[in-house]
Amino acid sequence: MPTHAEIYQKVAETLCESLNVDPEDVRPEATLQGDLGAESIDFLDIVFRLERSFGIKIPRGELFPESIFQGDPKFVQDGKVTEAGIQELRTRLPFADVDKFAKDPQLAKIGDLFTVAMVTRYVEGKLNGTHN
Amino acid sequence: MRWMWIDRFLEFTSRKSAKAVKNLSRAEDLFRDHFPSWPVMPASLILEGLAQTGGILVGEANDFREKVVLAKINKARFHREALAGEQLTYSVELLDLRPEGATISGAVHAGNDLVAEAEIMFAHLDQSRSQQVFGEHNFVFSGELKKLLGLARLLKS
Repeated sequence: MPTHAEIYQKVAETLCESLNVDPEDVRPEATLQGDLGAESIDFLDIVFRLERSFGIKIPRGELFPESIFQGDPKFVQDGKVTEAGIQELRTRLPFADVDKFAKDPQLAKIGDLFTVAMVTRYVEGKLNGTHN
Repeated sequence: MRWMWIDRFLEFTSRKSAKAVKNLSRAEDLFRDHFPSWPVMPASLILEGLAQTGGILVGEANDFREKVVLAKINKARFHREALAGEQLTYSVELLDLRPEGATISGAVHAGNDLVAEAEIMFAHLDQSRSQQVFGEHNFVFSGELKKLLGLARLLKS
């Protein structure tokens, strides 16, 4: 079982290759879209590369769901994610820092959940069997 | 104009690999301007040939039900120019195949010379959304590209 540091290093390398960014730009708190410039198609590329470099299987929508709320008013009201929506995020993305997002739960900022640290935690969970 | 940048498949192993050739004829329109006294195959069209070889490999894997579109060129390296009169061989291998798309790695040779290498990612257009926009018809594999594969099978049998 690789250490957290080893997993982080490999995730960072994977993101550098996929997004063509400099290693110094890849920090744990860096957001994939906002800071590292990922576009929608890059998420599929990242999934391919993580599967290959870690030998894991990533089911469709598990790491990068295409749509979590699907416009459901129970989850989103007036551009903000509701308490039920926050709970949904905790269930669907247990490896994301939902607490941080919950402080200012604007739907427009939901992309900020997807950080380098989040991907690292996901891979770590996959490798140690926390989520299969 | 037919947007076909491979002439024929030499080998095709479903869900695994494919090899195709492209003959660069001096009579092709593109060499009139690219360039008048130095007929060199544009690198972008070399990539297109590689993408067509790989795209058919990816499309065939799901019996051409998916709309396979080039999504991203992960990396590409060009080692030398390819000139009119040469025959390019495109060799591709399927690296990954998922419901959302696929990745191939490919190499282009002229004789024994390595001309280019690339890794290309394809996406399967979202089935529900693409059906709304494009309907049932698979505009990617409409005929010509699939016929190439038919020809290869015919010659083999």
